[in-house]
Amino acid sequence: MMLNANIPSGPIEQAWDKARFDMKLVSPANKRRHSLIVVGSGLAGASASASLGELGYNVKCFCFQDSPRRAHSIAAQGGINAAKNYPNDGDSIYRLFYDTLKGGDFRAREANVYRLAQISVKIIDQCVAQGVPFAREYGGLLANRSFGGAQVSRTFYARGQTGQQLLLGAYQALERQVYAGTVTMVPRTEMLDLIVIYGQARGIVARNLVDGELSVHIADAVILASGGYGNVYYLSTNAKGSNATAIWRAYKRGALFANPCFTQIHPTCIPVSGDYQSKLTLMSESLRNDGRIWVPKMKGDRRSPNQIPEDERDYYLERRYPSFGNLVPRDVASRNAKQVCDEDRGVGKSGLGVYLDFSDAISRLGEKIIRERYGNLFNMYQRITDEDPYKGPMRIYPAIHYTMGGLWVDYQLQSTIPGLFVLGEANFSDHGANRLGASALMQGLADGYFIIPYTVGNYLAANRFARVDESRQEIQNTVTTVRETIINCSPSEAGGPSIRSIASWAKLYGSLAA
Amino acid sequence: MEFTLKIWRQKSHNEKGEFISYPMDNVSPEMSMLECLDVLNETLMVRGEEPVAFDHDCREGICGSCGFVINGVAHGPERATIVCQLTMRHFRSGEELIIEPWRAEAFPLIKDLIVDRRSFDRIIEAGGYISVSTAQAPDGNAILVGKDAADQAMDAAVCIGCGACVAACPNGSSALFTGAKIAHLGILPQGKPERDGRALHMVAQMNAELFGNCTNIGECTGVCPKGISLEVIAIMNRDYLHASWKRREALEATIPPALERNTHRT
Ligand SMILES: Cc1cc2nc3c(=O)[nH]c(=O)nc-3n(C[C@H](O)[C@H](O)[C@H](O)COP(=O)(O)OP(=O)(O)OC[C@H]3O[C@@H](n4cnc5c(N)ncnc54)[C@H](O)[C@@H]3O)c2cc1C
Ligand code: SF4
Ligand code: FES
Repeated sequence: MMLNANIPSGPIEQAWDKARFDMKLVSPANKRRHSLIVVGSGLAGASASASLGELGYNVKCFCFQDSPRRAHSIAAQGGINAAKNYPNDGDSIYRLFYDTLKGGDFRAREANVYRLAQISVKIIDQCVAQGVPFAREYGGLLANRSFGGAQVSRTFYARGQTGQQLLLGAYQALERQVYAGTVTMVPRTEMLDLIVIYGQARGIVARNLVDGELSVHIADAVILASGGYGNVYYLSTNAKGSNATAIWRAYKRGALFANPCFTQIHPTCIPVSGDYQSKLTLMSESLRNDGRIWVPKMKGDRRSPNQIPEDERDYYLERRYPSFGNLVPRDVASRNAKQVCDEDRGVGKSGLGVYLDFSDAISRLGEKIIRERYGNLFNMYQRITDEDPYKGPMRIYPAIHYTMGGLWVDYQLQSTIPGLFVLGEANFSDHGANRLGASALMQGLADGYFIIPYTVGNYLAANRFARVDESRQEIQNTVTTVRETIINCSPSEAGGPSIRSIASWAKLYGSLAA
Repeated sequence: MEFTLKIWRQKSHNEKGEFISYPMDNVSPEMSMLECLDVLNETLMVRGEEPVAFDHDCREGICGSCGFVINGVAHGPERATIVCQLTMRHFRSGEELIIEPWRAEAFPLIKDLIVDRRSFDRIIEAGGYISVSTAQAPDGNAILVGKDAADQAMDAAVCIGCGACVAACPNGSSALFTGAKIAHLGILPQGKPERDGRALHMVAQMNAELFGNCTNIGECTGVCPKGISLEVIAIMNRDYLHASWKRREALEATIPPALERNTHRT
């Protein structure tokens, strides 16, 4: 297969303007004749559904939670980047573009990243207008902070709940369209397969998670905004429900998948405490601004941290990377933590943890300032571990957090199946081999608010759509595949036992690692 | 630790439910309440029994999916803690924990501990937003928002839509939830132009659903995991009264259609 990214020719700065000018438009009267399916109601899916609804398309939006407001984007803490350069500290569209590319080891698609940096400024405007309560300076202007080792302050934030506030903004815009009748919300419903007819994505097979009924939904195009696949690892910082079914089924139907190994391991999570554990909790990486990371010098040292004298501690990041110290990039911090634990110098009951120590910062700045900066994070840590981080060091360990890989898309965010568009964490294009902090929220909203409304219009205007009937063979075959998979996975649905033995799984899918 | 979990089991909305007791031993104090249910469910599945159904997703206290009543208190005994973040060390070993779903007319039961909270979405749909379509916004700093206003709006905006306030209220009122959104948007300059209509429509929708009336008991704020204060209800009432007075003539024209449209829905 020939992969054509469809990047407009000419200078990169003008690529998006040129692409938009070259796009075909759907006349206002025709928009409502086109139906679109959006799978996902996170930042990408909710913003896309709302914007497409505002334009007058007929949109059906799916999520597996009981309400679109609960999508996993809600959990993002730190912030969202934008090249506003409000602090006048030398930021620019080009610098955000360059930093993103460099952070991703130059493996992202340049034209997409440039467009992302251009659009970033409009995202902040949109969210402010929607009433997202971003942090403010006393004069009433928007506040910024520096995040994830960036040399400029370009991160906008709403306390430690930026993802929540941005998602609620998009959710409210979505509900406004539900009221207007342009968007139909289909919650507690999971997409289980993609319907492809004459090579075009034309719908999905979905399952109602309350009564188990399967249903077929037909549309002129399908937009996947189903999030990342971090939960292919047993424990991750992703929500329990986050899963890869939607993109996996699209892959099985012919959409190419790019860079699956590009996953991000976040260095500051609370370590695993037992085998019943259901997920990992992320602690904001801003903690590394004031905390010092160390392990004992001696192998197998099980003394409590306060009993280990200063000269028996190894501040390994400061030692190895004197100019960055504890603020090395995420991947470096994670790799080093694993390394010292593999050397049997890890701490905590499991030995899989390193200390993040605030005692220096507390004696330098006073407990009050530390409380102001990190109070809610310290409380969260204490609630989960029952240890007081003001008195002794925190324990942290790396955890899988974000997936840069995803379904391959071209400049129009279209996958290799015509009519199947992929937005947000589910696609692969903008972060290369490593994502900068506070850039996933930016990308999800750029895709949903500002890119897909144009590119899907171009697709609709340029193609013809045969009338499709549910009884078609392709559709019936897809439904049959779904039904068989369900019974394979949970035999009880066909009157079988309620759980399968490991041996029977192995018979079905090949041997499974222990 | 050891516990007896007495859990409400109900197959569906139309069937009768009952409490069933499940003894649990070997519970680690570090487990969250939901992880404790996970462990129970694994044993139930091995025995060929139906696992206990409960809503959950983020398990970080932010998505608002989870929630049930433990020993009569919504989200359990710890203040400002939602059940996914409630660790078992907060209970005494040997205790019996009575676990039941949110009980409110406006939240019909779906199964076991799961209820239908779509009435919350419909309240937002009725006006819980600022009408600005994509690409219509002015520059972010063109709208100045004083730090105090931004902080106050944020205090209200942190509501996670869990529904504990409704479950705890003897009247089953959703005043805290609705007030939080009206306060969040109304405090900000961006939200002022639509303030009247927002209050009128959201309150009308709240009444059209099966929520009860607020009689200022205050149970809601006591169980709210995000500490939303009763002040938001005062803001809602003030906005509503103000708007009703200003629009007393137009009222008849605006409210009935909203009511009619939504009461027909299930
Ligand atoms: C703990 C945490 C903190 C983070 N902090 C930050 C941060 O500070 N800054 C930043 O920029 N990024 C952050 N990220 C990353 C960022 O939050 C995500 O990458 C981003 O929100 C993903 O948005 P999305 O819209 O692509 O997908 P999601 O928000 O994951 O939404 C997926 C949607 O798809 C639906 N869905 C999925 N599969 C199906 C299916 N089969 N059928 C029907 N519906 C389906 C779900 O119901 C949901 O609505 C963080 C991530 C985590 C885990
Ligand atoms: S006001 Fe509090 S209790 Fe009520 S839904 Fe919001 S967060 Fe939950
Ligand atoms: S599972 Fe998300 S708040 Fe509890």
